[in-house]
Amino acid sequence: MSLLLIVLLPLLGSLVPLMGSNERRNACATMTAVAPTIALGIALAYMGQVLDGDIPRAAVSWIPALGLELAMRLDGLSLLFVLLILGIGLLIILYTRFYLADGDDMPRFYAFLMLFMTSMLGIVMADNLLLLWVFWELTSLSSFLLIGYWYRQSEARKGARMALTVTGAGGLALLAGLLLIGQIVGSYDMQVVLDSRELIQQDPRYLPALLLVLLGAFTKSAQVPFQFWLPHAMAAPTPVSAFLHSATMVKAGVFLLARMHPALAGSEAWLYLVGLTGLVTLLYGAYFALLKHDLKGILAFSTVSHLGIITLLFGLDSRLAVVAGLFHIVNHACFKAALFMTAGIVDHECGTRDIRKLKGLWRFMPLTTTMAVLAGAAMAGVPLFNGFLSKEMMLAESLQTPLLGGLSWLIPALATVGSLLSVAYSLRLVRNVFFDGPARDLPRTPHEPPRLMLAPVMLLTVICVVVGLLPALTMTALLEAAASAALAGDSPELHLAIWHGVNPALLMSLTALLGGLLLYLQRRHVFAFQRQFRPRDARLLFEMGIQLGVRIAQRAIDSLENGSLQRYMLWLVIAVLCVAGSALTQTSGLQGPLENQPLDGLLIAGAIIAMFAGLATAIMHRRRLISLLMLSIVGLMTSLAFARFSAPDLALTQLAVEVVNMILLMLALFFLPQKTPQESGAPRILRDVLLAAGFGGIVASLNYAVLTRPLESISDFYLENSVPGGGGHNVVNVILVDFRGFDTLGEITVLCIAAIGIYKLLNRLRLFMPSSDADGRPWALDHHPAILGTVAQTILPLALLVSFFIFLRGHNAPGGGFIAGLITAAALLLLYIARGVDWTQQRAPIQFQPIAVAGVGVATLTGVGSFVFGQPFLTSAYGHFHIPLIGDIELATAILFDLGVYLTVVGSTLMMLANLGKMTTRHRPSKNKEQA
Amino acid sequence: MLDNALWISVALFTVSIMLNLYRVAVGPALPDRILALDTMYVNSIALIVLFGIWLNTKTYFEAALLIAMLGFISTVAVCKYLLRGDIIE
Repeated sequence: MSLLLIVLLPLLGSLVPLMGSNERRNACATMTAVAPTIALGIALAYMGQVLDGDIPRAAVSWIPALGLELAMRLDGLSLLFVLLILGIGLLIILYTRFYLADGDDMPRFYAFLMLFMTSMLGIVMADNLLLLWVFWELTSLSSFLLIGYWYRQSEARKGARMALTVTGAGGLALLAGLLLIGQIVGSYDMQVVLDSRELIQQDPRYLPALLLVLLGAFTKSAQVPFQFWLPHAMAAPTPVSAFLHSATMVKAGVFLLARMHPALAGSEAWLYLVGLTGLVTLLYGAYFALLKHDLKGILAFSTVSHLGIITLLFGLDSRLAVVAGLFHIVNHACFKAALFMTAGIVDHECGTRDIRKLKGLWRFMPLTTTMAVLAGAAMAGVPLFNGFLSKEMMLAESLQTPLLGGLSWLIPALATVGSLLSVAYSLRLVRNVFFDGPARDLPRTPHEPPRLMLAPVMLLTVICVVVGLLPALTMTALLEAAASAALAGDSPELHLAIWHGVNPALLMSLTALLGGLLLYLQRRHVFAFQRQFRPRDARLLFEMGIQLGVRIAQRAIDSLENGSLQRYMLWLVIAVLCVAGSALTQTSGLQGPLENQPLDGLLIAGAIIAMFAGLATAIMHRRRLISLLMLSIVGLMTSLAFARFSAPDLALTQLAVEVVNMILLMLALFFLPQKTPQESGAPRILRDVLLAAGFGGIVASLNYAVLTRPLESISDFYLENSVPGGGGHNVVNVILVDFRGFDTLGEITVLCIAAIGIYKLLNRLRLFMPSSDADGRPWALDHHPAILGTVAQTILPLALLVSFFIFLRGHNAPGGGFIAGLITAAALLLLYIARGVDWTQQRAPIQFQPIAVAGVGVATLTGVGSFVFGQPFLTSAYGHFHIPLIGDIELATAILFDLGVYLTVVGSTLMMLANLGKMTTRHRPSKNKEQA
Repeated sequence: MLDNALWISVALFTVSIMLNLYRVAVGPALPDRILALDTMYVNSIALIVLFGIWLNTKTYFEAALLIAMLGFISTVAVCKYLLRGDIIE
């Protein structure tokens, strides 16, 4: 269980900083550091066990049907990364405390940082492929938030979007790859997968799976050709860059290579893909790092280059290379984090990161300079520093590879070139910024940063030096444990030492050092050479690509979704005609075994009226008022039909809806153009008539076919269980508030959201108000006829009483919250119509939004209330009560839920209609009440 | 006896609803149509009540009540629209 805590604590910790405030920064930072510190403690407590070769695990079942478990493991590889993530993460927290300016929102930063830390920990500890992927995508999302932290800057937003697009897309590829692997192996359990190397590599799906997984790893680790997002992620605050580039994010990609190494590596495809990608990336990154002028830009490309080294190492077919790769991950994390923090300090103190403007800072900040020199030496691979050790291992291993057959010598040669470039840019970084004559024209006069801001840099630099001096003592155990995980227990014997005697690797290192020095001194030739190329901004290309994609998608959408409602209806109706029509031709005949119901004159008359009114609605649609009157008749006939065929609830609802509907249409009609233009030509009318007739014919046939067949439906269950299960005799209501209460909860939530949406839309709307009716007659002068006002006032209490009554007995007889809500809303709307907004607002200054929201709240709380009694969500209880005059009623908890429905309906209906009505008054919904 | 009375009333109300429909369709003026629609609502109350008497149940009473109480609101809304255009002002 405590294994899970390593991930859970930082997750909970992401809420902690939100309790802090911007004013009390020390408290905020300290509080944030608590959770990762404890997590680090737990990890350290497991350390001995892990180093002994044990793999602690913990699992909680999550979605067993999908093979998804909340399973964590802590093998050597995980431990190595956990220590890096938490250790450097804590240093970043400390550093951030001093880095963020007063205007920056510190709690928000820390919350994002902790979320990101959690997702990284999840990746490295996941013991299930799908779980690993979930955390993988979480890092994409949380890094998006971190990179875009200064969201007011266009750079930050674009960089964040680019990172999200590239790594997110890679994540999707990874998911596909992991699913393939899961299918091949038949399990998503990490250990099972890692043990199934033979099975996976002999499967024909191995190659696509490998490609997809590598796509995920390479996008995350910024390998060529996906390297472009990383330099643009520099728009993030420096602590973020330091964290992303050292222990996390980009290391997730190479972690994945190490994690999947036992299962996927060793094949020819792996060696070529991984090895060559790493080699190209190594050179590309190193070359451009030399050319950049922005401090963080140099570091970013150097990160790309060092990731290339690590990838190359995982691509060499040797066990020692894997160890070297893991070693370099640690070394790179330490010196790169230190250098980024130094760059941040320089930026902070001088106000610029342009290497052409910075000079001679050592006079102002000797301590910082010392740190930068040491960390820079580690990056360059100078002997006695940790970078030297792993780089020399890399060079030694590159000599052994037979990857390119007769041309295999290219790999060590190019690796040496890469190291040479790395020496050159490290030199440039350190010498140009801190030495190279006295400083001039700095935007600010720099001085040493606060000691605590420098402390993390010092600690990391000390680690670089100590590991460089005492590699065997400090790193052997941890590396062996990690390598044993990455190599399926087959860890090679390690001899970490500074001096291995004069061997080819040492000579290559020396060549790189001297060559790098030479290249640095002659760097102006490189710059002159580069000037002959047209500068290519990756961001422009990326944006162009994105916009092209958007344009194509937009065109596709436009051709289908052109804003014409007729068009949508057309496709919908045609689809139904094809599907239902072809299905109907397959049936043996329309008439089922059941007899027709007897027909009487009343039914015939009702049907004729409804049909006539329906036709008239369509035919007269250009004379809107008449058409609406006809529509109203259709509604009335429908309600009567519901009543006739024993559906009193539906009849009541239909009636209430009719009324509210009419008010809505009248409100909208005022703002619409008074006349419909002639739109359809004769062929189109013919087409539409045929379609409508066909559609009607099919619906009628279906109805007839269903009604004449005996049907085993779920209704019987509801009828039988309504009283014993829900405590109500009105089955319709019991279904709504009890059996299918969860549906209803969803529906009222949607209703409330829709109403709020409409309210927001009305917020800024300015509409033309016609000053006369369609025939040009001016409006009447009597705003509020007295008779109407009196009637409306009389109706209101009556209507409220009726709605209360209908609400209360709804569980047992026709009625319920929905109908009651509509009645209340209709009565209030009548008052608005009769007396006007001013009058009503004075007497009842009610806001509708809180009512609607409260409704959803009450319904939800009723559901949650069941938890208190240890029952599932929305379980209802009921009992009998006697209320004088009204009689015996059964009060169920469902009535509370129904109260929620009632409030939502009242609030939402009024929020929509009353606010639409208020558009013409000074009470209109508006952002700014004074302007209204 | 009651059955006969019921059937005669139902027939009469059905006929009057048909006549209401005729008036809504033909007009001639808008107020005529609106008034006809309102009358149609009133006649439906009768139909529903008669139906309830025939089945000897109280279940349909609320539907009639609701039409009586709210049915005229549609009419009011349309009338207000004719008068002022803006029905809530």
